[in-house]
Amino acid sequence: MRHAEDKVAFVYSDAFTRYKFTEDHPFNPKRLEMTLDLIHTLRLLDGVPLIEPVPATMEQLLAVHDSRYLDAVQRASLPDADPDSYAPWGLGTEDTPIFPGMHDASALVAGGTVQAAELVMSGKADHAINLAGGLHHAHRAQASGFCVYNDIAVAIAHVKKKYAGARIAYIDTDAHHGDGVQWMFYEDPDVLTISFHETGKYLYPGTGEITERGEGRGYGYSLNVPLEAFTEDESWMESLTAILEPVLDAFAPDLIIHQNGCDAHRYDPLTHLCATTRIYREMPRLTHRLAHKLCGGRYVAVGGGGYDIWRVVPRAWTMLWAEMLGRPLPEALPPEWIARWQGDAPDPLPTQFVDPPNLFEPIPRRAEIEEKNQITVRRVLNGTPFL
Amino acid sequence: MLVESIMTENVVTLTQSMSVQDALDISKAHRVRHMPVVRDGYLVGLVSDRDLRDAKPSTLESCDDQLLRETLVDKIMVKDVHTCHRLDFVEDAAAQMHRHRIGCLPVVSQGRLVGIISERDILHTLVEMMGVNAPTSRVEIEVPDRPGMLADIADLLRARRMNTSTVMVFPSPVAGCKRIVFRVRTMDPRRFLQDIENAGYTVIHHPCASSQGEV
Repeated sequence: MRHAEDKVAFVYSDAFTRYKFTEDHPFNPKRLEMTLDLIHTLRLLDGVPLIEPVPATMEQLLAVHDSRYLDAVQRASLPDADPDSYAPWGLGTEDTPIFPGMHDASALVAGGTVQAAELVMSGKADHAINLAGGLHHAHRAQASGFCVYNDIAVAIAHVKKKYAGARIAYIDTDAHHGDGVQWMFYEDPDVLTISFHETGKYLYPGTGEITERGEGRGYGYSLNVPLEAFTEDESWMESLTAILEPVLDAFAPDLIIHQNGCDAHRYDPLTHLCATTRIYREMPRLTHRLAHKLCGGRYVAVGGGGYDIWRVVPRAWTMLWAEMLGRPLPEALPPEWIARWQGDAPDPLPTQFVDPPNLFEPIPRRAEIEEKNQITVRRVLNGTPFL
Repeated sequence: MLVESIMTENVVTLTQSMSVQDALDISKAHRVRHMPVVRDGYLVGLVSDRDLRDAKPSTLESCDDQLLRETLVDKIMVKDVHTCHRLDFVEDAAAQMHRHRIGCLPVVSQGRLVGIISERDILHTLVEMMGVNAPTSRVEIEVPDRPGMLADIADLLRARRMNTSTVMVFPSPVAGCKRIVFRVRTMDPRRFLQDIENAGYTVIHHPCASSQGEV
């Protein structure tokens, strides 16, 4: 859908790449540089204001994080910090090692998402994006799954405080369960969290069961759609469409935030889903359309997971940005971009944005997986009280 | 883990002079299935939802609740109640409940009722012990049934600086083997899985494991 009149904002700073654990860590900020380069090459930032993020304030962080945890992160950010002292906070592990400047880097990412949400809520922009954001695993007092501060939750808390009564729909299509955001607003009926993910049977964080539906007044306002390992495009999109349309219609949000982790792709080394980049063209199309239909276009997009940084992330997030911008993309990737990055890449880079339909062998158990996912979707919808 | 750490201390109780109708109302209002009957703090009996159902007329008959209001709890309660002590281990209490096919155990100390544990408390404890609520990756490994296996795998975790949330050891369907389930606090278990296979053990049910192959 094209909305040429939409005002868009792109929040970015080169300092985002300081959110980096170790050289061989799977969460690699090089994916941001590659994506930015692809977007620039396609001239998709011409005439778009590039918003320089400011770090989230302590007050903003304290709205969702424990003060002792913030202290620990700050101490762990010093150059001579001992990693062994931070295990109770989920830091200093192989997953989330400590690194100098960790607090500043994490606060900047969180500030970026706060700014994106503020631009949209204040009406300065219709849509805003922070590709460094999407750190959905961070808990109130614990780092988890490569996430230190939960930028999404910080932004939601900011919107709730400044725009009293705002109803926020959070859509998480990362392959991992959006647990941090869910637990932080588990009792809040004004924050609807919907997470689509690979079931927790074989995948971190193991939570995200259908039965996690919220608590107290927030009962019904946490939705989880755990899909089978080896789920492919069609079943993934069918599940998304079947749930998002009716649930968001009934919830009537004032703001939609979409977390765009792109680790459901078959190439992703950490997960066991079998999607292609087709879903990364179609998902933003769906959530963007819903934002126009339901909340005056107020739409914030953040990044998230995505560990095939060469073949998947730049394509997925460029398609996301093109959708927000309402600009058509060529079928093919610009050859000069491929030429610039192919030398470093361990595999041949793809030449098209959308993977060709016969790229992968079909999954032998496809019918069974589709059926199981359909049952899951039915159970999710049946148990949602406000429908 | 001791019974006192999981028991409910604010117990919904009855007295012998209450009517069966009172008991039904209290059970409904507090959504409890088991109500100890006490006299001066001492446990004298127990009324379960089954006792109440037995006392109620069938839903198919026209109901005359006069009888329910006149009959006292004393008449329908069970008097020889299975109990446990606050210092019992949770696993022993669970075994007792399973053996006697009962849904709760009042916790009694020197004759006085001090708490109650139900099937739900036991299940909740089990869920916590299995670490289902914590953010973890689940890894199931088949190992020979001999000493040192757990330590072998734990060494691999230590080398990778991975923190374990829970460990369970199960019998394996394969004779002479055991299965160990680790819930590990990591988002990226790939290298750990590789370590396990390099050490000669088998990773079970994991889509990443090379020993599984078939999708």
